[in-house]
Amino acid sequence: MSFNEKTIKNIATLARLKFPADQEEKFTADINSILNWVEELKEVNVDGVEPLISVSLQEPVLRKDEVTTGDLQKELLMNAPDASHGFYAVPKMVE
Amino acid sequence: MTTNLTDLHISEAISLLEKKEISSVELTKAHLEEMEKARVLNAYITETPELALEQAQESDKKRINGEKIGRLEGIPIANKDLYCTKGVKTTAASKILSNFLPPYESTVTQKLKDAGTIMLGKVNTDQFAMGGSTMTSYFGVTKNPWADENGEYNLVPGGSSGGSAAAVSAGLCMGATGSDTGGSIRQPASFCGITGIKPTYGRCSRYGIVAFASSLDQAGPMARSVEDCALLLREMAGHDEKDSTVVNTPVPDYTLALTGDIKGKKIGIPKEYRSKDLNPEIAQAWDKGIELLKNAGAEIVEISLPHTKYALPVYYIIACAEASSNLARYDGVRYTTRVEGNSLDEMYENTRTDGFGPEVIRRILLGTFVLSAGFYDAYYTRAQRVRRLIYNDFISAFEKVDAILAPAAPTTALSYEAMQNMSPVDTYLGDVFTTPASLAGVPSLALPITIAQNGLPIGLQVIGKHFDENTVFQVSGVLESLAGFDKKPHHVKG
Amino acid sequence: MTYTIKGKTGEWEIVVGLEVHCQIISNSKVFSGASAKFGANPNANVSFVDAAFPGMLPVVNEKCIEQCVKTGMGLNAVINKYSRFDRKNYFYADLPQGYQISQLYYPIVGEGYIEVTTDDGTKKIGVERLHLEQDAAKSIHDMNPSKSYIDLNRSGVGLMEIVSKPDIRTPQEAGEYLRQLRAIVRALETCDGNMDEGSMRCDVNISVRPVGSTELRQRVEVKNVNSVRFVMQAIEIEAQRQVDLYEDGKTFSQETRLFDSVNMETRSMRSKENANDYRYFPDPDLLPVILTDEYIENIRQNLPELPEAKKKRYIEVLGLPAYDAGILVSDKETSLYFETASENQDAKKVANWIMGDLFAYLNKSGLTISESPVSAKNLGALVGLINDGTISGKIAKEVFEIMTETGKDPSVIVEEKGLKQVSDTGAIEALISDILNANQDKVAEIKAGKDKLKGWFVGQIMKASQGKVNPALANQLLDKKLSEQ
Repeated sequence: MSFNEKTIKNIATLARLKFPADQEEKFTADINSILNWVEELKEVNVDGVEPLISVSLQEPVLRKDEVTTGDLQKELLMNAPDASHGFYAVPKMVE
Repeated sequence: MTTNLTDLHISEAISLLEKKEISSVELTKAHLEEMEKARVLNAYITETPELALEQAQESDKKRINGEKIGRLEGIPIANKDLYCTKGVKTTAASKILSNFLPPYESTVTQKLKDAGTIMLGKVNTDQFAMGGSTMTSYFGVTKNPWADENGEYNLVPGGSSGGSAAAVSAGLCMGATGSDTGGSIRQPASFCGITGIKPTYGRCSRYGIVAFASSLDQAGPMARSVEDCALLLREMAGHDEKDSTVVNTPVPDYTLALTGDIKGKKIGIPKEYRSKDLNPEIAQAWDKGIELLKNAGAEIVEISLPHTKYALPVYYIIACAEASSNLARYDGVRYTTRVEGNSLDEMYENTRTDGFGPEVIRRILLGTFVLSAGFYDAYYTRAQRVRRLIYNDFISAFEKVDAILAPAAPTTALSYEAMQNMSPVDTYLGDVFTTPASLAGVPSLALPITIAQNGLPIGLQVIGKHFDENTVFQVSGVLESLAGFDKKPHHVKG
Repeated sequence: MTYTIKGKTGEWEIVVGLEVHCQIISNSKVFSGASAKFGANPNANVSFVDAAFPGMLPVVNEKCIEQCVKTGMGLNAVINKYSRFDRKNYFYADLPQGYQISQLYYPIVGEGYIEVTTDDGTKKIGVERLHLEQDAAKSIHDMNPSKSYIDLNRSGVGLMEIVSKPDIRTPQEAGEYLRQLRAIVRALETCDGNMDEGSMRCDVNISVRPVGSTELRQRVEVKNVNSVRFVMQAIEIEAQRQVDLYEDGKTFSQETRLFDSVNMETRSMRSKENANDYRYFPDPDLLPVILTDEYIENIRQNLPELPEAKKKRYIEVLGLPAYDAGILVSDKETSLYFETASENQDAKKVANWIMGDLFAYLNKSGLTISESPVSAKNLGALVGLINDGTISGKIAKEVFEIMTETGKDPSVIVEEKGLKQVSDTGAIEALISDILNANQDKVAEIKAGKDKLKGWFVGQIMKASQGKVNPALANQLLDKKLSEQ
C-alpha cells in the first residue's frame, strides 16, 4: 500500500480539504493503518460475484412529470452565508 | 397517583392519557424538568421546551374536544439531530451545519408528528453519524447515564445515536428516533440498557435525514421496551414518493406480533460470532439468551455466516466512499458556515477543513481514495462483491431459521479515556456484530439482557429476514419478558 | 476524402467526434418536481433537491426516460432495458450536490447512427451512446466585481448527452450530423434544438493524422460551440492549429479549449486545466431503470415519422429531388407545412413554391414558417388554382403577394380581383377577331410566311385580356382564326 505524502495531497485536493503538514502526516498514518486493515478482503475469492449496489427490494418506480414545487427563493436563500439579488454569491470564478 | 412520569413506557402512557389520568402537558413538563436536571449528560443539542409545551397543550385540547387524535397522541419524544426538522436547528452535530434551519421536515419526523407525538428537542450524535461514542460531536460528548464502577459518569453512551440512547435511558424522553448505518442504533442501545431496532433497509424513508451512507442508512426507533419500539416503528415506517429506495408495501401493526409465543420458532446461532476473543461476559449473556429462548419452546440451530469477518472492512470502504460523495454538498454556498477564501476553491477548502471534525475528514479522505482512479476496482468494487457474499450468507441462513440471536456489541460501555487512546481501526471494531446485518439490509433489534460484573448492561440482537420485523418483535418480546431486565441507570436512580 | 489540410510535410486528415447535450422537453426536472422552464426569476424554479439541501433525494421523472428512449429510436440505436445512474464527483459552483448524476456504466441508449448527406454522398456517422444526466446551474460573472452569482434554475433539468463515434472526417459532415440530430429531436419533440439558447450544446473532439494513417492522435476538446457554423469553423481552425504544431515538431497535451468566434481561434480553458478524477460510482439513492419490451414497443408504435424516413418517402413516393426533400424534412414545422400544403396537390409544385417564393418572403420578413401569413392550406389551394387552369403561373405570383399581405384564401382573391383565366372560347375568339381586324397588315405578313409575328399577336391577346387568357388556349385559337382569314 502506498498512501503517501503525494497521495494525501491529491486526495485532499479532490475532496477540497487542506491541512498543515503535521495533520497531513497524522491523516496519512491513519489512512494507511485503515488500508492495511482492509487488506484482508484480498483473500476473498470474488470470481464471478456481481457487485451489490443496493439492498432495496423496492421495484424501480418513476415519478410523474408534474411540477410540484417552486417559488422557494426565500427558503432557499435564508441559510446562505452570502446571497444577493436572489442569487447565491461566491468568490469570483475564472471563465 | 405517584407514578414517576419519566419512568413510564409509551404503552403505559398511552393508556393513562386515554383514561385522562394524566395530560400530555403533565407528561411533557415532567420530561422537560428531567432534561433540565440532566443537562450534565449533554444528551440534547437543542431543547425545544416552548414548542413542546405548545404542542402538548394542543394535543390535550384535541383529546378533550374529542377530535381525531393520533396513535401516539401526546407522547413526548426526541429526534436525533440528523433528522431535518422544519424551523428547528439541525446540525448533524457538526460545525459546518451549526446554523442550519431546515425549511422542510423529514418524512419520518413528519409521520411521528402526524401520529401526535410531541418533540422535546434534538439529541446528540456523532458528527454526521460517524462514530460509536458521540465523541465526534461538535457539541461535546454525551455521557452515558450509567456510571462506572467508581460511580463516575465517565462512560460513552455509544453511537452514533448516543444522544438518543442516553436520553431514553435517563428518562429525558419516552422514545427517540435514531439512525443506523453500521450499528448506530443497536450499539448505543446496548451500551445504555435500552431497546432499539434498525428496520429492514427500505422500510423507513430517508428523505430529510442528513445522509451518511445512502445504501446503508436506515431510520429506527429507540425506547425502553420492545412494545414501545413497535409502537414507534409502526408510525415511522412506510412508503414515500420522495425516496426511491423505500418499499411500497403496507406497514403491519407490529404490536400484534407480540404474542408472547415462539414455540417451534427456529433461532439461528451464528458460530462465526463466537470467536476466541469474545468477551466471556458477553458470551455468557448470549448463552443466557439462548437458554431463555430454548425454554420458551424455540428450536436452537447452529448456523454459519462464513463471511462475517469481512463485514467491517467492507462496511468501512462502502460507507466512506458514499460519505465522501454525500458530504460534497457542504461547500459554504447555500446553508453551511463559510470560511472565506481568495478563490472559489480556497473558500471550499477553508470552509470544509474548518467545518468538519477529524473523524469526518478521515472518512472523506478514505472514501475519496477508494473511489479514485486506479484504486476503485481494488477497493470499492471488491467491497461490493464481498458485500454480496455477506448478503447471500444471510439469505442462506434464513432458509434454515426464522431469526438469528447474536451479541449487539463486543463490550459494555467504554470510558472516554479508553476510547481516546484507541486507534481509528480499534474504534471501528466496536461495530463488529452490527455491520453484517447492515450490509445485508436485514432488520435487527437490540435489547438489554443482563448486567455485567461492572454494573453495566449487556445487549443482544435479534436479526430477522428482510421485511420480517414481525418475527423480530415476536422473538424479542419473549426474550424481553423472560430476561426481566429492569435495571435503571444510576443517573435515574439518583 | 475531400477534406484534407495540406501542410509542409504532407496532407493531414481530421478525426472528429461530437458530444451533444440536448435539454429534454419535460414539465419538471429529471430528479425533482421543480419546473424545467427557461427564463424565470433567479432561483424560482428550484426545489430543495436541486439545491442539494441535506437529506434531499432524487426521484426519476418518467417523461425524461421516455424522451431518451424516443430519441434513441430516432438514432437507430439500441435501447437498453437495464440502465443505471452514476455519480460524477467534482466541485464547482454550478454543481450544488458536488456531483452530477449521470450514466457512465449503463447508459439508457447504446450504439446507433445518423445518416448524413454531404457533397461526398451519404454516410452513416456512428452514435456511441445516449445517456441521461442532470444539467448544471448557471454562474453570472458580470454583476459584481469580486463575486460570481449562482442561479440554480437550470440545475437538474434533464439532459441527453449524445456521443458520436470519431467517424467525422469533414467539417461539412459535422455540420450535417448536427443538423440531422436537431431535425430528429425536433421531429420527436424531445428537445427544441435551439443552439443559440443553449438547449442544444456541442462539444467537439478534434484530432488530426497524416492521410493514410489509422492512428488516433492526441485529441483536444473544444467546449460549448453554440452554432452549426461555429462547429464547422472551430474544427477547421483547431485542426489547422494542431497540424501547425505537429509540423513544427511540437507536442500538445489533451486539453479543453474554447472557441472564440470573434478572433477565430481556440484557446485553452484555465479553469479546466486540472485533469479531474471524477470518481464515478453507482448512485445509491437511485434504483436501476428497467424497461419492459411492452414499454419499448409501445413507444416505437407511437413514434412519429422520422426525418430520414420522411425524406425517403418524399423522394420515392412524391418524386422530389433529394436536395428539396432534405430541406423540407430539416425541421418539423417545415415538413408539417409541406404535408398540409401538398395534400391532394402536385407535391413537386408545392415544394417549389415553398422553397422559392415562400422561403424568399419569410427570409425577407424575418418570420418563421409557423408565423407565415400564407397558411399551408392556402398555398396548396394556390397551386391547385394553377393546375386546374383557373389562373396562370404569372397571375399566381400576384395572388401570392396579396396572400402575404392579407392572409386570404387565394380563390377569394382571384374572385375579388377578377383574375380568373378566361376560358370561354367564344369570348376569346371575338377578342382575337378584333385584334386581327385591327392589324390586317400583320396578318398579311404572317400569310406571307413571317410566322414569328404570331408571338406578337399572343402578346396582344394577353395584354387585352389583362393576362387572364390561358396562353396555350390563346395560341390554339389564334391558329384557328388565322386559318379562317
